Amino acid sequence: MDTNAPMNKALLKLEHLSMKFGGLVAIGDLSFEARRGEITALIGPNGAGKTTVFNCITGFYKPTEGMIRFTGKDGEEFLLERMPDFQITAKAKVARTFQNIRLFSGMTVLENLLVAQHNKLMKASGYTILGLLGIGGYRAASAQAIEQAKYWLEKAELTDRADDPAGDLPYGAQRRLEIARAMCTGPELLCLDEPAAGLNPRESLALNTLLNDIKANTGTSILLIEHDMSVVMEISDHIVVLEYGRKISDGDPESVRTDPRVIAAYLGVDDEEVEDVLTEVGDEEIIEDLDAGPDPEHGPAASASMLAGSVSETVEHRDDERVTVSKGASKAAQVEARAAKAASGRTGIAKASTDKASSAKAKGKKADKPAARAVRPAAKATTSATSASKGVSNRLAAPRGNRPDDLTLIKGIGKINEKKLNEHGIFHFDQIAEWKKIDVEAAESYLAFDGRIAREEWVKQARQLGKGKTAKPTTDKQRGGTKS
Amino acid sequence: MTGKTLLDIRGVHTFYGNIQALNGVDVTVNDGEIVALIGANGAGKSTLMMTIFGAPRARSGKIVFAGTDITQLPTHEIARLRIAQSPEGRRIFPRMTVLENLQMGASLDKMKHFDEDVEKVFVLFPRLKERIDQRGGTLSGGEQQMLSIGRALMARPKLLLLDEPSLGLAPLVVKQIFDAIRELNRTQGLTVFLVEQNAFGALKLATRGYVMVNGNVTMSGTGKQLLADPDVRAAYLEGGRH
Amino acid sequence: MTTTVSTERGSVAAPVKRAFREALYAGLISFGMFVLIVGLKTDQNIRNELVLEPRWGLLAIVVALTMFGRFAYVAWLQPFMARQKLADTVTGLMPASVTSRFFRLPYFIAALVIMVALYVVSGSLDGWLGAELAGYARFLRALALIYALASVFYYYRAFIHDHFSALGITVMIVYPVFVVLTLALLTGSMAGGFQGSLKWVDNFGIQILIYVMLAWGLNIVVGLAGLLDLGYVAFYAVGAYAYALLGTHYGLSFWILLPAAGCMAAFWGIILGFPVLRLRGDYLAIVTLAFGEIIRMVLINWRVVTNGSAGISGIPKVSFFGLISFDVSAPNYISKVFDIAQSGAYYKIFLYYLILALALLTAFVTVRLRRMPVGRAWEALREDEIACRSLGINTTTTKLTAFATGAMFGGFAGSFFAARQGFVSPESFVFLESAIILAIVVLGGMGSLVGIAVAAAVMIGGTEILRELDFLKVVFGPDFTPELYRMLLFGVAMVVVMVWKPRGFVSNREPTAFLKERKAVSGSFTKEGHG
Repeated sequence: MDTNAPMNKALLKLEHLSMKFGGLVAIGDLSFEARRGEITALIGPNGAGKTTVFNCITGFYKPTEGMIRFTGKDGEEFLLERMPDFQITAKAKVARTFQNIRLFSGMTVLENLLVAQHNKLMKASGYTILGLLGIGGYRAASAQAIEQAKYWLEKAELTDRADDPAGDLPYGAQRRLEIARAMCTGPELLCLDEPAAGLNPRESLALNTLLNDIKANTGTSILLIEHDMSVVMEISDHIVVLEYGRKISDGDPESVRTDPRVIAAYLGVDDEEVEDVLTEVGDEEIIEDLDAGPDPEHGPAASASMLAGSVSETVEHRDDERVTVSKGASKAAQVEARAAKAASGRTGIAKASTDKASSAKAKGKKADKPAARAVRPAAKATTSATSASKGVSNRLAAPRGNRPDDLTLIKGIGKINEKKLNEHGIFHFDQIAEWKKIDVEAAESYLAFDGRIAREEWVKQARQLGKGKTAKPTTDKQRGGTKS
Repeated sequence: MTGKTLLDIRGVHTFYGNIQALNGVDVTVNDGEIVALIGANGAGKSTLMMTIFGAPRARSGKIVFAGTDITQLPTHEIARLRIAQSPEGRRIFPRMTVLENLQMGASLDKMKHFDEDVEKVFVLFPRLKERIDQRGGTLSGGEQQMLSIGRALMARPKLLLLDEPSLGLAPLVVKQIFDAIRELNRTQGLTVFLVEQNAFGALKLATRGYVMVNGNVTMSGTGKQLLADPDVRAAYLEGGRH
Repeated sequence: MTTTVSTERGSVAAPVKRAFREALYAGLISFGMFVLIVGLKTDQNIRNELVLEPRWGLLAIVVALTMFGRFAYVAWLQPFMARQKLADTVTGLMPASVTSRFFRLPYFIAALVIMVALYVVSGSLDGWLGAELAGYARFLRALALIYALASVFYYYRAFIHDHFSALGITVMIVYPVFVVLTLALLTGSMAGGFQGSLKWVDNFGIQILIYVMLAWGLNIVVGLAGLLDLGYVAFYAVGAYAYALLGTHYGLSFWILLPAAGCMAAFWGIILGFPVLRLRGDYLAIVTLAFGEIIRMVLINWRVVTNGSAGISGIPKVSFFGLISFDVSAPNYISKVFDIAQSGAYYKIFLYYLILALALLTAFVTVRLRRMPVGRAWEALREDEIACRSLGINTTTTKLTAFATGAMFGGFAGSFFAARQGFVSPESFVFLESAIILAIVVLGGMGSLVGIAVAAAVMIGGTEILRELDFLKVVFGPDFTPELYRMLLFGVAMVVVMVWKPRGFVSNREPTAFLKERKAVSGSFTKEGHG
């Protein structure tokens, strides 16, 4: 991605957003940002409040507290929570799709795309009056709107069905049409609510292509709610994870995928695998000690949550509706509590050893963990100092026998990083297995990871893989599924 | 463990207006089986599910459930034969609470086993227990899906029809649901006929599977056979997820 | 295999058996329904006392007819229709076999011969056959005429279907000319032709066209924007009173007051629109209904201005842009200008073309608006309001423009109505009018101009034509007054059409834009809107 100065600026910034329905907290003090030119994914268990966040951003709900700051292309700032919903699309240029598809099913595909260009055409038709009399440039504007619609029909592979009613399209095509329709409003931010739900793997793949194309060619940034990890992990640049209306993780796909809280709360591995993860990040005895129960401070009892009612239903939340979350409902909180105790039990040692410090960081992502905060700059300093621009020592021009190993089998390496490593001349497990400390640092600087290669023991994994050339069964599952 | 034929669909043609949605479909579900139906969007999978329930009605062909010809029966009488469905689009009762929705599911039995069954549903979906007094329409999409499946289970069905049970659910919950289906099938001999986009998960779970293309069943076999079939892999499994 | 055989046999045996059972049920139900209505008649005896007169024989006939009808339907008609449908799925053809058997050339020629023969001898029928038989002969003649016309329509159905709008407009334009000439031929004089045309042009032409225009106006609100409005007659009343009051008090011309009445009605449309913006469905319907009643109550009670229920009379006639007047006393009265015989028919024919022009203006604007962003937004609003808002469409102004535009055409029609009647009173603006207009929109197929025009012609014209069917007196006896059954038949016709075509005569929607070809959108995809 080419990064000129304004591209990196936050496009959308949620600050301390809260949404309460009666006594229920659907979103509790949520802050995150989506950057311009990126695909940001919002994931989390069902009922975590993802759609509520969307409804707040697009003005269908008015948040109880907090600010949603949107910075337009020309630097204009909008406070979305103060704007009526239709103006958020018209002025701030935020478009959205819906979880249960909302097309104009009795209108043709083309008409759906023309309705999306309403505001532009309204102006061109002199607010109907001139257009009705046949004065002015409505005809030209109308032709141009059809051209624009054609462009998106082409992109969404719907040109053949342009004159059919939208309700007649198969499910997958309806999903694509909804995206195309949102794009016809010329948005700067496109909010997609479960665009891959109900799509088969092949259609999901086509969706990935479409979204990447939008990101690359239109300057539209994307905010995405999705459960299909083959979409989320493939295309997002940044992932925010919610559980019970609170943020439990925030970062790039790799770090989120390996975050034990996300795994426990959302991605789903067997219980013994959670233990495995915990074992990797902390001492076993401590885990046994902590099996007692969740930390009351972060426990779910305090975070009664509400679910994002789909906008479709006109049912309003009653004030007397109470939802109590059973003890131990928040899996992330459990992991967090365990990890936090593990970390506090080991603060002393953590400062000394980089290895341990980075593991503490993995567990205690929350900024209020003093141990983690203390070691972070240190870790950063070491890596940046030593790595410089040196490359990895054992690079190859091409894979041996033109058959590169599947590096994604190493936990922590995804498709993107595999590609990066391949570009860097790393194709085989044994190459990684041979890495010395300096190579690791070089690779880390190249991949812009700090300390993760060491933490995730790529070298050790690679050695094992090099011997057996087979994946550990756990690796596959923990990756949340890029490939079966 | 698979027994005699429970549901037998023979040569079913279904139309929406003048548009043909099913074109002579033959599907058999035996007692105690999990049968998966996979296929692209728009192939007619959901139409078949709805045709079993008589809405829309099959224009020709025959659907026999446990020896009874149900092709022309009204939908409510079909449901009384203990076929339960979690339909496409969830179709929960939006203004009723979660508990009331589940009670509706149990109304066939005059709620005789309600307390016992509702506990089982809550074990399967603890999330629903947390939301017990909330109205269906205020649930999130995934929770509505859970409720829809839970409601179908409350009917103590002989045959459970699931239309895309994994739609909109978090990976963790998808896994739980598939595990639960397997468990119900193993312990109680529940027969399940499900439609899935998540072909991999469905075929792994299923005893047998059918592939549907443009209103026709083009392939059938055991779940493992279909998983191994290169055509099926290419069409429905590549590109993706578990 | 055994099951197959048994059901095969079952499917043959079942209809008759089922038919017997259902006929029995139908008999029971009809007995329950008719035992008091038909079985007993209240009457007065000589001493002016109320007596009950049992009519068991009639009741038995009614019940038996019902039972036979049900039996025939289940035993023969249903399997026949099922077979028909099955054949369709195999051949993929329209169910034309029945109609093609019904409409045949020999039958058509026979019908023509009968019709012509009976017309030729119509004068001497009474002498030959006696009054009663002559009545039946006229009935036969009417049937032959209907059959012949239907055959022509059937034969040219493809052509008619393809050019329906053009044909319709042509027919409407030549209609008064046709009526005048035909009657002139029959009576043998031009003056007779004009005099005879009064009824046909006024009671049929103008009456139908007013309803067509009102329904087209309401169609914008209900059919396009999907906002259920039960108080549409209020805007009709606003338009009528605007012309009546301003015309009588200030003597302003119709041509100034027509747009003024439209604007005023549009203004009231917006006033109504504001409070109901947040309402949907049934709630919207109730509030609009109340609005209609409020306007009527104001008209009744604000005596100073509206003269209460006595109404306003002496409303000036419309002139031809001030050039030609239809006022007998005026110096530029039409018969003076053209030096022809005096007749009230000129004014009616002029009014006919005026309302035709207004109705066509409504249609033209509707068609134009549908292709403009605001029209598309109305339809999108009907399909899904939330999606509309997510696309940056201001649903508030969209709804208000729909209310205002619909109300404006109601206002136009209202001022025309006042000019035509020369008298307005709150009596003309009761809820029933709103209901009839809405019924026409629904019967025609929401959103379809052609369907609505047909529905208006069938419903209004059909009930009017009942006044003309004197031969029914022959069938049902001399006390039978067909016009008393108008509303009953209106209701029956509505039920029949709704069962036969649940989405109205024309349920398909014409798309407003297309890339390759214009394909009508099936009614099963469009939504009715939810307020």
